[in-house]
Amino acid sequence: MTWDYIVEGFLEALKLIISGDPDLYDILFRSITVSGLATFYAGLIGIPIGVVLGLSNFKGKEIVKSIFNGLMGIPTVVLGLILYLFLAPAGPLGFLNLIYTTTGISLGQMILVLPIVVSITVNSIESIEKDIRYLALTLGADEIQMMKKIIEEASPGILLSLMTAFNRAIAELGVALMIGGNIFIKGGEMNTRVLTTAIQMYVSRGEISMAIALGIVLLSLVYSISMVVNCVQRRWIEA
Amino acid sequence: MISLKRVFKTFGDKVALKDINLQVKEGEALGVLGYSGAGKTTLLKIISALDVDFQGTYLFKGIDVKEHPGKVRKSITMVFQNPVMFKGTVFENVAYGLKIRGYPRRYMEERIDEVLESLGILELKDKSAKRLSGGEKQRVAVARALVLDIDVYVFDEPTSNLDVENIKVVERAIKGLIERGKTVIFTTHDLLQARRLSDRILYIEKGEIVEVGKTEEIFKNPGDERTWRFLRAVL
Repeated sequence: MTWDYIVEGFLEALKLIISGDPDLYDILFRSITVSGLATFYAGLIGIPIGVVLGLSNFKGKEIVKSIFNGLMGIPTVVLGLILYLFLAPAGPLGFLNLIYTTTGISLGQMILVLPIVVSITVNSIESIEKDIRYLALTLGADEIQMMKKIIEEASPGILLSLMTAFNRAIAELGVALMIGGNIFIKGGEMNTRVLTTAIQMYVSRGEISMAIALGIVLLSLVYSISMVVNCVQRRWIEA
Repeated sequence: MISLKRVFKTFGDKVALKDINLQVKEGEALGVLGYSGAGKTTLLKIISALDVDFQGTYLFKGIDVKEHPGKVRKSITMVFQNPVMFKGTVFENVAYGLKIRGYPRRYMEERIDEVLESLGILELKDKSAKRLSGGEKQRVAVARALVLDIDVYVFDEPTSNLDVENIKVVERAIKGLIERGKTVIFTTHDLLQARRLSDRILYIEKGEIVEVGKTEEIFKNPGDERTWRFLRAVL
């Protein structure tokens, strides 16, 4: 067993990152855009669902919550397969022409992370709902003002849901590979290669240094976002 | 002003309040005494229109509280035993009740300064409310209520987290409300405090009002054996 190829790959990867390798940065920016859009739309749909679920009390609420909780762990390959069956040219949604496009990947990732946004938003609301409800009401708030206050107080948790969603989206492989197809043509406009599909491809081709470089970039991105969000959250709560 | 008739409250199979009949006049200071778990906080939540899921009738100034809880809540505020703070500064916390009532910023600043100073916490005005100690939080919670110009102030153990010096400060603030003709209802485990602040005492045991009477009469000559036992056990 030798460490040489790992060390060499690692040093080569650092060179690629520092030298600003255009292919590497092209893949990075595409990944951020695709997963960023997925997270944005998941937030747009998932936060209102989470807020309504968190604030309401109805029969079957726990069942709805457990469905979303369960979907948080859906295997990305299975979701990728389901989406492929629907979006493929012969599939029921083939006319949308979303297969092998970045929009298709964003759509798939949005579906993947929507349960995360909903579940974490519901938990954030429920964890403070009772205390803040009573406090706002006893200070004279009406129902609308009380709900606004609960959402405001839960905002660090809602922000956490978006961060977790983005990190899950950018780090998943199944949807990006099956819907995107890992297409890359230098200078092409229809490229769908993202960080995870590229890592998988470079490893299978034996180009370890590029795979390690992309791995470092992906990890750094995920950790940086987590750290920034944690700082914002802390300042928000303790402001 | 406050009229509860045949009020019952249950949590599942457990009866928390049993046949509560209570009248509180405007400007009165009512001390609610009882052991832990006797139903004091449940009663206060109903009086504050925070819990309208009960059986019986509760009229506040002739308004049916079950029908119009929002209207009644504009006139009553409750300070909880374990104060919850909103995100943000002490100022923002204390300003919340004034802000939603639409008071101008200048009035809010003057009023909040005045109240914070009276409670000895003016220097905490710009501090993060969540970072305060338990005693400081309790005084901020009292301040949030005091800035409001409303009819009824309900306090659930308002001095339980405070040292002797700050107990005096909060008691002085509550006395100020009573002197201004406000209605004050409070619970306490400190019988001397109840004696100092209240016009009438209500003793509750196992969800039932055992007796209500003038403070001195209850302390000197309780009408019920159970009240007498409680006072003897605590004093």
